[in-house]
Amino acid sequence: MTKRDKIIYWTGFGVIVALLIVAPLVLPPYWSRFVTEILIWGLLAMSSDVLIGYTGMVSFGHSAFFGLGMYGAAAALLMVSPPNLILALAFGLIGAAAVSAFVAYFSTRLRDIYFAITTLIFSQIFYVIIFTWTEVTGGENGLSFRRPAFGIPGIWTTPFTAETLHWFVLALVVGSYLLLRRIMHSPFGMVLQSIRENEPRTRAIGYPVERYKIVAVMLSGLFAGLAGVLYAVQNRFAAPDFVFFLISGEAVIFNVMGGIGTLVGPIVGAATFLLLREGLGRLFGEQFPYLIPLGFIFIAIIIFLPQGLLGFMRRWLNK
Amino acid sequence: MASVLTFFTEFPFELFVIQTLNGIVTGMILALIASGLTLIFGIMDVVNFAHGELFMLGAYMGVIVLSTTGSFWLALILATLIVALFGAAMQIVTLRPLVGRDPLTTILATFGVSLILQNYALWQFGPVARKINEPYTGHFNLFYLEYPWYRLVIAGLSAALIGGFWLFLKHGKFGIWIRATMQDRVMAQAMGIPVPLVHTAAFAIGAGMAAASGVLFGPLVGVNHTMGLDWVLKAFIVVVVGGMGNLGGSIAAAIFISLLESYAAIWVSPAQAVIVSFIVLIFTLLFRPTGLFVPTPK
Repeated sequence: MTKRDKIIYWTGFGVIVALLIVAPLVLPPYWSRFVTEILIWGLLAMSSDVLIGYTGMVSFGHSAFFGLGMYGAAAALLMVSPPNLILALAFGLIGAAAVSAFVAYFSTRLRDIYFAITTLIFSQIFYVIIFTWTEVTGGENGLSFRRPAFGIPGIWTTPFTAETLHWFVLALVVGSYLLLRRIMHSPFGMVLQSIRENEPRTRAIGYPVERYKIVAVMLSGLFAGLAGVLYAVQNRFAAPDFVFFLISGEAVIFNVMGGIGTLVGPIVGAATFLLLREGLGRLFGEQFPYLIPLGFIFIAIIIFLPQGLLGFMRRWLNK
Repeated sequence: MASVLTFFTEFPFELFVIQTLNGIVTGMILALIASGLTLIFGIMDVVNFAHGELFMLGAYMGVIVLSTTGSFWLALILATLIVALFGAAMQIVTLRPLVGRDPLTTILATFGVSLILQNYALWQFGPVARKINEPYTGHFNLFYLEYPWYRLVIAGLSAALIGGFWLFLKHGKFGIWIRATMQDRVMAQAMGIPVPLVHTAAFAIGAGMAAASGVLFGPLVGVNHTMGLDWVLKAFIVVVVGGMGNLGGSIAAAIFISLLESYAAIWVSPAQAVIVSFIVLIFTLLFRPTGLFVPTPK
């Protein structure tokens, strides 16, 4: 990045973050909640971009990481009274990390399509377990709980309002973005990109490709779990539907729509998808099968715009 | 030792026989679906995520034709043909532009198609399951159960369809074209085989097989818009366990996995029995990543 590029990049970054900070103050409550939700889904999609865009592995198993983040948070919030935010985050992240370590160990032995199918099957294993283990997970009905208060328990807490929840989510998403961007530009991230470009050559140079892939899947799973925790905190429930593989599919759709390998693209993709869905719902009524036109748009993007909406910025964003 | 003895004395032998039969019947249906999937994968490296939806669409076409004509066999044939045509159209519109791109993009494209089809079915037919009446309603006595003949007919018909397909691949002119394209696309093209046409036709055949299994299986469970999801997952497992693109392996794996699931259903609920097939998949990937039912690669 030249100096001029840097100035443009950080100005743009600052403007967008500033807009997102003031969003809940100027938008009506419905839309400000909507923006919060976009950020959470964007975080999920961004985590899967680490695999799709940077390592070249399409994961259809992110719903498992997301869902375990949700159920981990639920466990912490239900077991400890009063509900504790830090504990919810810790439990959710531990849950997601454990699951992603398990999935990573087995699935990274395979490549391309096999990897996609294996991650899909793994997410279904967790779906079946959560769906049928009614005593612990609430089965089909899921679990509902109270929202924890913001702050450090024991020292200072304040209940979440819509605004503070939005800022909390925003801070975590922006932090995750900066962290992931840093990681993807580090030597570790460069190895991941080298695996994407040419795996046999990366191995020949002497990098332990399997180990890098396992770490990449775990890293990705950790941030997906964070998204799950945030979603659980926002909506005060955990449900097996969110472990079902259609959620992973949506994460992949967000990526492809927004542009893989950009980290911000997936957030743009999530925003586009959710806004289109909302718009179609408003135009044609709630019963309208919005996924039909969205499916067509998705296929058209794959065929005609394979780099996604932000594809034209990909090189620049990764400088 | 005592526990082993009780296991054998209390072993539900009759249930075991019934479940063996059930396992073979679902195994044949699964083999029919999976052989279409593995054909499509073997010939053009496309993992067809929409395969379960083609199965579902076939079942719905069966419902429609059956309610207008009243003939199950006509419904079976027409549904197969209609969905095969639809499959050809789908291949031309969504997959042909992706030839030569990363095979992963085809997963995404077919995933989009599956979303469209599933939501279309929900929108058009509603969430209530439809019923296909069995063409044979006879039963025979199996221990304490009246076992429907129709289930055996399904198994026989599926076996016949797969057998016919195998003969077609082995001896038919077009079948030889398909196998040639599977082996070496570029060389096949050089020998004058119309490869794009072969791709479309193979996709249509796979779609038709999925539709036929949908109509055959319809009478056993209701027809609804989510029926494709369960089956496409099972078919994926079968195709991976059997070795991708390997027809014989897929059939063996389909029966093997269905039998295991039926036996597991004796002790746990059917929803949990699915986990058995997941475990088989994990062990396959760990110890024989090329597939359980293929010769060891040299």
